[in-house]
Amino acid sequence: MAAAARPGPEELALLEKLLGLPKGNKYGVQGERKVPVLQTNNGPGLTGLITIAAHLVKQAKKDQLLGSTAEEKAVVQQWLEYRVTQVDGCSSKEDTRIILKNLNIHLEDKVYLAGNIFTLADVLMYYGLHHVMVDLTVQEKEKYLNVSRWFNHIQHYPGVRQHLSNVIFIKNRLYTNAH
Amino acid sequence: MRLRVAAGGPAALKVLAAAGAAAAPVRLVWGGPLEQPLAPLSPPWTPALELDSGTVLFSPNAICQFFFLARGEEPTDLTNQWLEWEATELQPAASAALYAQLVHGRKGLEAVEVLGKLLVHIELNLSRRGTAYLAGDTKSVADVVVWGTLFPVLQDETSLPSELQVLRTWFQSMTLSEACRKAADSVLMPKALLEFKSYLQKQPPPCLAMERATSNEPEEEEGSEPALTEEEITAAVDAWARGVAALPKPWQPQKPVLPVEGMRNVLITSALPYVNNVPHLGNIIGCVLSADTFARYCRLRNWNTLYVCGTDEYGTATETKAVEEGLTPQEICNKYNAIHTDIYRWFDISFDYFGRTTTPYQTMIAQDIFQRLLARGFLLQDTVEQLQCEDCQRFLADRFVEGTCPFCSYEEARGDQCDKCGKLINAVELKNPQCKLCRGVPVVKPTQHLFLDLPKLEEQLEPWLEQSWATGDWTANARYITRSWIRDGLKPRCITRDLKWGTPVPLDGFRDKVFYVWFDAPIGYLSITANYTDQWERWWKNPQQVELYNFMAKDNVPFHSVIFPCSLLGADDNYTLVNHLIATEYLNYEDGKFSKSRGVGVFGDMAKDTGIPADIWRFYLLYLRPEGQDSAFSWSDLMLKNNSELLNNLGNFINRAGMFVCKFFGGTVPDMVLTPDDKRLLARVTLELHQYHQLLEKVRIRDALRCILSISRHGNQYIQVNEPWKRIKGDEKDRQRAGTVTGVAVNMASMLAVMLQPYMPSVSLAIQGQLCIPPDCFVLSHNFTCTLPPGHRVGTVSPLFQKLEHDQIEALRKRFGGGQPEDLAVEPQAKQTPPASVTLMAPGDPELIQELTEEVAKQGNHVRQLKANKAEKAQVDTEVAKLLELKKQLALAEGKSPEVLVPKGKRKK
Repeated sequence: MAAAARPGPEELALLEKLLGLPKGNKYGVQGERKVPVLQTNNGPGLTGLITIAAHLVKQAKKDQLLGSTAEEKAVVQQWLEYRVTQVDGCSSKEDTRIILKNLNIHLEDKVYLAGNIFTLADVLMYYGLHHVMVDLTVQEKEKYLNVSRWFNHIQHYPGVRQHLSNVIFIKNRLYTNAH
Repeated sequence: MRLRVAAGGPAALKVLAAAGAAAAPVRLVWGGPLEQPLAPLSPPWTPALELDSGTVLFSPNAICQFFFLARGEEPTDLTNQWLEWEATELQPAASAALYAQLVHGRKGLEAVEVLGKLLVHIELNLSRRGTAYLAGDTKSVADVVVWGTLFPVLQDETSLPSELQVLRTWFQSMTLSEACRKAADSVLMPKALLEFKSYLQKQPPPCLAMERATSNEPEEEEGSEPALTEEEITAAVDAWARGVAALPKPWQPQKPVLPVEGMRNVLITSALPYVNNVPHLGNIIGCVLSADTFARYCRLRNWNTLYVCGTDEYGTATETKAVEEGLTPQEICNKYNAIHTDIYRWFDISFDYFGRTTTPYQTMIAQDIFQRLLARGFLLQDTVEQLQCEDCQRFLADRFVEGTCPFCSYEEARGDQCDKCGKLINAVELKNPQCKLCRGVPVVKPTQHLFLDLPKLEEQLEPWLEQSWATGDWTANARYITRSWIRDGLKPRCITRDLKWGTPVPLDGFRDKVFYVWFDAPIGYLSITANYTDQWERWWKNPQQVELYNFMAKDNVPFHSVIFPCSLLGADDNYTLVNHLIATEYLNYEDGKFSKSRGVGVFGDMAKDTGIPADIWRFYLLYLRPEGQDSAFSWSDLMLKNNSELLNNLGNFINRAGMFVCKFFGGTVPDMVLTPDDKRLLARVTLELHQYHQLLEKVRIRDALRCILSISRHGNQYIQVNEPWKRIKGDEKDRQRAGTVTGVAVNMASMLAVMLQPYMPSVSLAIQGQLCIPPDCFVLSHNFTCTLPPGHRVGTVSPLFQKLEHDQIEALRKRFGGGQPEDLAVEPQAKQTPPASVTLMAPGDPELIQELTEEVAKQGNHVRQLKANKAEKAQVDTEVAKLLELKKQLALAEGKSPEVLVPKGKRKK
């Protein structure tokens, strides 16, 4: 079976490595949805994937990954939220189809989710969609062409993919009349 | 930047409040609910912020965040955490609560219930940090976002549980802040809320992440289940130990069943099936089977229950059918009433009484209601232009006219209603009307008729509806259909018809007319009860003591929610009016509709010929009961559900539990020593049982069935983990453990037998017999208790279900898939047509061709003769149909395509 990043601690471990942080953070999970919790030495700890991820980014002093201007920051926030509410919440093939369709529309004129800058939103969306993309047929990959282009780009971004399986995309199109 | 919001939309509140709190210079654009979504990725009703750069933000939280960022307030770990919590935990629960309030009419604390744990979470965080606001001592984006989601549900702090003191204070101070107050005033206008409500009503109910996890994914790990509290476990163990004493005594009502002072008296009706149609599976699940399941449940709850139904027998269709078959209308009714009775008996429908509408009581009660309406001035007289077919020499009843729908231009609209757009039609408004019998063009003739003055009754109807909706369970579709009916405006409605077969109108000038079937038919509920007991008025004129449930498919809603209540309100005789109106959506067959004429689908009388037991049919129909949305019968799914849910899950568990008692303990239930794991299982099963009750009390029959299956899943897991078949061979301790597990499992099986009774009565009885469950345990309470104590002897245990094989199912699919040579609509004459086997022969069989050619010639002569003798149009038509059928057979035998022979006018699209 292809290695997949399960939402939560595993994904945060990947992120830590990408950010170049030393290992040592302890994670737990909480509730039915297995929300990740970061245990800290002082205080009650942090709960939630986005919250912890943003915390790690700041810890690694790579704040640019959260966007620089107010607008970029809000856009990054929006896609992180989309990741945890829509992508993680999808329970059927139909939900997945809608998400891919929406992302495909959004990415039509963009390199990254937030436009022209690589951000945390791209990283977490990549981790969150990996198990979906692995299962797509060649035809589906072509149908969601913009998502495929973006995904292929992110998986080759230095340090992002790590041990996750490489999803293969075919360069020449096979189903030209599909669009 | 432009902020586009839809008034009434719940998320509009937080973005406006955030804009106000952060003093963001936005230009507001109000979007209507009916417009396109404001941003491509957002559903209608969510706001969108268009930034000057052209970027559109569609997430309400990101919009709020942006306003605060723009004035230099950076997010912190804490604000991020609140925002994430709000998006993933609070919002889904708040939407569910809002839906419950607006659509189901839940009030106050009951609607807030789903928010329980989340409110406590806020309370704890505020009190632990000791700060005035969520993320510190100043107001932040977190406060606005959380408040904005809570406010539409709570409205003010008084709907918060009083023990959440800190939360109340925080909520109140937020509500009083200028930005929030202003936002609330501009967004939550009553009118806007109403619009939002009608939008919500068209949406499926939101499901909480929690529920979703349990329904769609098999539970992999223990951790994914809701945690049990210590109290729940203790209570479950107590109830278990009390044994049969924890159950109420089953109550046997006197016959005839009559309301009893101080008891819950439940009167259940299912829509009266029209007599000369054989009901199909969709009809069966739509009313009689759903009502039966609920009635059985009520009886198991010791509620004093009466379930009545019967055939609706008056009307033109019966008259015509009688002519066709050469019988009197009454003979036709007798014949078909027997067919209905047989079908429902086969399906094990537990009517207290199954009657009919053609009885003296019907005439008496209908005429009484009529006289009372007349005396109180609720009837109008008017001249009606009505379609008369000159060839057939009769006024045409609505259903005997077909034409083009004046609203949607559907070409096969019936005279009373369009099947496509569902609107009611006045027959004379049909475009290109055609007499359904002779295909002639009818002419419009004036005639006198009586009308029920619905506009005048509306002022009585509305307060009654409001009250019934507030206190009763009406399905969402029933509310929606009723509301749209009233919104379109009520018009006087004709209650008389120019027919003979009906209840005579007792008024001079109208004595040759009868009541329109929809004025008459619901009165059948009363008259059928009257035929059951002469004390029928104790059920039907006793709203103080009786709770009335009406079951039906959604097409019947307006007659039960508007027209019939208006008749009874107008008659003003303290009638029992419907408290709970339970309407199903439609059941389709495979990928299409059931069609009698095309022979598509399974009809009531054929179900028993499939060799599949009635209980399996009941189970599958109830499993896919069209609750909330249409569903489809599918053969392969039936096989799958039978083999997986019944055979492998439920049947397997009950059989194993019983077999272990027999094989390992000589048929005697062993001693049980409960471990903490067992106790948790008891609590888990109790939770499922509570859920089962909660759902059935709301008549969510399909969903409650899942609880039964889920208990047996727990049971299978329990047996699998504890492996009693291995432990029985071990030491003393192991053998004791095997005994405990077997004992708990067989008691679960015993309770499942009772829970299953409303769904599968024969299987339930079989389990009762196999396990020798005492009759006193056949009652439902909220406790899972030990009904088969150590020492109890079980009987002979045998498998409950049979596997359905692929070949068998494929054969059935083919058999009921339509395209049969016999047209079922002309069944009575079918004997004269050549045997069905002809189509199985190879094309070109000379003997067959010869035989059919002769038949065709003979039938052709017969038809010509009939026409020459000016025989009844209907008779000619049926003979022509037979001729066409023969020609089709011939074409098939000769290996030609039969299509070309079908006359154009009759071809279905």
